[in-house]
Amino acid sequence: MTLTKKSYVAKSVEKMRPSGIRKFFDLAATMEGVVSLGVGEPDFVTTWSVREAAINSLERGFTSYTANAGLIELRTEIARYMADRFRVSYSPQEEVIVTVGASQALDIAMRAIIDPGDEIIVVEPCFVSYAPLVELTGGHAVTIGTTGETGFKLQPEQLEAAITPRTKAVLLCYPNNPTGTQLDREDLEAIASIVKKHDLLVIADEIYAELAYDQSHTSIASLSGMRERTILINGFSKGFAMTGWRLGFTCAPEEISRAMLKIHQYTMMCASTPAQYAAVEALQNGMADVESMKKDYRQRRNYMVQSFKEIGLDCHLPGGAFYVFPSIQSTGLTSEQFAEALLLEEKVAVVPGSVFGKGGEGYIRCSYASSMSQLQEAIKRISRFLEKQKRSAV
Amino acid sequence: MKLNEKEVEILEILQKDARFEAVDIAKMIGTSETEVAETIRRLEEEKVIVHYATLVDWAKMDNFTGVTAMIDVKVTPKRGVGFDEVAERIYRFKEVSSVYLMSGVYDLSVTVEGQSMNEIARFVSEKLSTLDSVVSTTTHFQLKKYKHDGKIYASKREDNRIVVSP
Repeated sequence: MTLTKKSYVAKSVEKMRPSGIRKFFDLAATMEGVVSLGVGEPDFVTTWSVREAAINSLERGFTSYTANAGLIELRTEIARYMADRFRVSYSPQEEVIVTVGASQALDIAMRAIIDPGDEIIVVEPCFVSYAPLVELTGGHAVTIGTTGETGFKLQPEQLEAAITPRTKAVLLCYPNNPTGTQLDREDLEAIASIVKKHDLLVIADEIYAELAYDQSHTSIASLSGMRERTILINGFSKGFAMTGWRLGFTCAPEEISRAMLKIHQYTMMCASTPAQYAAVEALQNGMADVESMKKDYRQRRNYMVQSFKEIGLDCHLPGGAFYVFPSIQSTGLTSEQFAEALLLEEKVAVVPGSVFGKGGEGYIRCSYASSMSQLQEAIKRISRFLEKQKRSAV
Repeated sequence: MKLNEKEVEILEILQKDARFEAVDIAKMIGTSETEVAETIRRLEEEKVIVHYATLVDWAKMDNFTGVTAMIDVKVTPKRGVGFDEVAERIYRFKEVSSVYLMSGVYDLSVTVEGQSMNEIARFVSEKLSTLDSVVSTTTHFQLKKYKHDGKIYASKREDNRIVVSP
């Protein structure tokens, strides 16, 4: 007699689809000599003075928990940094929470605001975890697809059309992963006025805020009337090249911060202590290094966009992050077919745009967080690949 | 000489890696190849770009015996020409790879490269300390080169990021 094996896994988790990125990782990981444009993290190693600050904190024996919300010293630095860089002011005591990466910040933000059935508007293409996180929390992700024609900028009328009486919040990520798109003040004003009209909340994932190349980043929380309805999410991973430290933070009005802190204290207690000491150093003395990395990224971005145009792939000039998002529609392949063939034939790893949701099909995400020599090699291979495609199409 | 932003950026790129070609630099800074080539030519002509060279880790070569010494030199400056005259007398020697005028307890920092310690010892005793204005010398031999001109020799760094990540 055979019994059907009982599944202990929760229904909500069972129906989650695994990230489409995983498939490419598994394939690429087995191959030798791959040039990867698939990496979503800086190629720079954390600045030595920052690493040294963590080592020093360990030597001095600072190995215990910190306050739930994080070291007050760090929260004070974060508040100062946010005020200096983005003209938003938050109380370090009541409105800043240090988290385990921006990922955990997103998690507590969602859990703090979502009641079952609440709708959260997610603007795609976007980071792969947004919609699953919303669903996991019992909310419903309502996705909007932006398009290449508008440079992947969210159009106010798209937002307006997606709003229902159940809409609670809009999740925005600019500069955007995977498109690199940046919204300027005008774009944000238009979105903010709709958000205010419908009395919604914004969860603004601004993890790439430091990496804005043509004009400095405008935080949506800095617009009039937005501070009280915005949860800002930021962190040290991208701008400060500290991905592995897992350190992020939230800035939000007191009531929401208190709610997030409740969840944070029961699920995380506090972020890693050595990482917090490192982050203090990063904010106090690390800005010059951020600027120097940014300069390199900017040069690489220009190089990639221009090179893609020259080898025949349409590519908009992204204002931030470290991704370019060229169109591969001229090849007649889907983004997944393109990425797979490119990996197998020329050993270049890119991520198909389709994994990032609506609007991503027909594009590939290419990270330029790699040395110039790697980028030059990648362009050479992609160019060869395109030539071959063209010949076989004839 | 006033340099504009583009010129400074070209110099910074070349200082990191002199082998970047004009066509790539043009893409990196958003200008034309001709403009970059022209700018580089002008900067070379004006000696803002002094020279292109290769950093070589000679210690990798079997049986390499070369040595480098840094010599602190105290000198008596001369009326009218200050330190320049004696500095020139020193940097003309082909063994000398660098000469700096320093603040502090000595005046000139002189780097000398030679095939052996003997050769450098001979240079110091016969050529350097016999110069009229040289009052004293202190010679330090380099034992190992860890970092030079911003580059770490024998760097152990490898890219251990995962190949594809969100």
